[in-house]
Amino acid sequence: MKKTTKNIIYIALLLLIFALSYVVDIIAPYSMLVTVLRKGAVYALVAVSMNLLNGFTGLFSLGQAGFMLLGAYTYAIFTIPTAVRESVYYYYEGGIINFQMNMILAMLLAGVVAAIFAYLIGLPVLKLKSDYLAIATLGFAEIVRALAQWDGFGKITNGSNLLKKFPVLDNTTQYFLIVAICIAVIAMLIHSTYGRAFKAIRDDEIAAQAMGINLARHEQLSFVISAFFAGIGGALLAIFQTTVQANAFKSAMTYEILLIVVIGGIGSITGSILGSFLFIACSEWWLRFLDEPMFIGTFQVPLLRTGFRMVVFSVIIMIVVLFFRRGIMGDKEFSLDRIAKLFRKKAKGDKK
Amino acid sequence: MRNVLSLKDVTMQFGGVVAVNNLSMDVNEGEIVSLIGPNGAGKTTVFNVITGVYEATNGRILFNEEVMLENYPKGKMKKLYKGENAGVYKKSVVKLPDKITKMGIARTFQNIRLFKSMTVFENVLVAMHLRRKSNVFTATFKLNMKEEKAMREKALELLCEVGLEDVKDELATSLPYGKQRRLEIARALATQPTLLLLDEPAAGMNPQETDELTAFIKHIRDKFNLTVLLIEHHMNLVMDISDRIYVIDFGKLISSGTPEVVQADQRVIDAYLGVTEDE
Repeated sequence: MKKTTKNIIYIALLLLIFALSYVVDIIAPYSMLVTVLRKGAVYALVAVSMNLLNGFTGLFSLGQAGFMLLGAYTYAIFTIPTAVRESVYYYYEGGIINFQMNMILAMLLAGVVAAIFAYLIGLPVLKLKSDYLAIATLGFAEIVRALAQWDGFGKITNGSNLLKKFPVLDNTTQYFLIVAICIAVIAMLIHSTYGRAFKAIRDDEIAAQAMGINLARHEQLSFVISAFFAGIGGALLAIFQTTVQANAFKSAMTYEILLIVVIGGIGSITGSILGSFLFIACSEWWLRFLDEPMFIGTFQVPLLRTGFRMVVFSVIIMIVVLFFRRGIMGDKEFSLDRIAKLFRKKAKGDKK
Repeated sequence: MRNVLSLKDVTMQFGGVVAVNNLSMDVNEGEIVSLIGPNGAGKTTVFNVITGVYEATNGRILFNEEVMLENYPKGKMKKLYKGENAGVYKKSVVKLPDKITKMGIARTFQNIRLFKSMTVFENVLVAMHLRRKSNVFTATFKLNMKEEKAMREKALELLCEVGLEDVKDELATSLPYGKQRRLEIARALATQPTLLLLDEPAAGMNPQETDELTAFIKHIRDKFNLTVLLIEHHMNLVMDISDRIYVIDFGKLISSGTPEVVQADQRVIDAYLGVTEDE
């Protein structure tokens, strides 16, 4: 296939996805599909940002929920309209911030705040390796969550109360657009000379260093960039949920994202995106029926009751991790060439 | 002749084990110098000390008259190390491996360390990252296309130089052993070194390949104006190629000089063949 035709097909695919997201809003505005698409898009961004760190740089970090919380709070705090602040910050006399920011600027600021925290926390914790790094970053995320709920910061964070009434996006296409831009930037980074350096660090630290790659600087860079996009992801999650509360950003959220990364394939951007939509669709939609009691005639199907969905879900995850350890995509990316190859192989197989 | 690399009283101690003991050696510009010795003599440790993988316990290393490492025994080593030059050095200058590579020392590894998820071409391309002028923004948003293009051309040129251009899109680890070794050399050259450290470049090669390698090392030395320091067990290659040879045993320098001098040295023969105690 020629390069230009391939590019045209890619662009057409992308436009098709955007068109679909637009159509879905019109046909079925309150359906489960809209929820899945929106939440899936948000999780896709966060999963890709985690993949940049865990999959491409080889740093096993579990701080994603913490950075998302920082992003979500930053966005919410700076965009609540001044008129409703009094009612949101009811217990803290309207809080101390008395202005409202532009949505896009606030989203960028959400990323920047998460990135600054990542830089500061990275100075000590990136000296740690593998499991120890995971534990330290997990601890960081929990500390951030506890601090966000602390009464002392109440005038800013509204303590353990909800932040709400901030502006939200009203159609799915906007979610898709923001997420697509962010993922495109990450993908471009990975395909640049810096991305190659990250992969070198993942493959062999000693050789990477012998090739003149400054380990500390590049690991720090990857950590900060990953946090930046996790922060934006957090802001989007806040928009999706329309309210923000620190309690939602538990370590379980990090595990969910880690799972998406593993299911999609560690070191594959398209894998993370596919994994994210699949995961969200399963957990929010397709497996919902397992939570409802079901009757066939007068016979009640056993086991089906609230919570059973999670049991089945866990089993599926176990199967994936046991038998499909490389995930959907492995460390490969989705491309037309590979699909074409797959078809050609099939055709050959049929002839025989 | 200008002095390129100079080690003075370098000691590397791991707890009570002295891997390199008061080693002093010099490498001059344009020379090919070999470092030989029986298994476990501490040759690779010398390389690791020069390239900053290990922090020498004591001693000083100069590269182009610039202090690359200067250290003295500290902490536990202070009690353990009682070498004659322990008190000479007072500063503590320790450069990290990436800084040292940037100064112009490149190396290959004894147990090949290629980037296993990357193609042959990408392996060389990664080593170009060091001399980049772009920052992370210009690189991400493709504002450095000129540099990127130059990098790719240079990488391809190097691959042609080592004769791997026809396998450039294959996974590096899928290559046969000899080609992997040549790729490691290409990768080291991509960092634009002035001093090249080769750790057993002929390991696992047959006599014919070894002969080719001898010519190849001389060729790249002339072409890239390199100085070469190499560790090798193939004595034919060592005697053919070396301007000078250093022989170490149990971390200690036992002989040095031109190939003829070293070959005739009784201490070297003893070290390799062993001495019978009762004679």
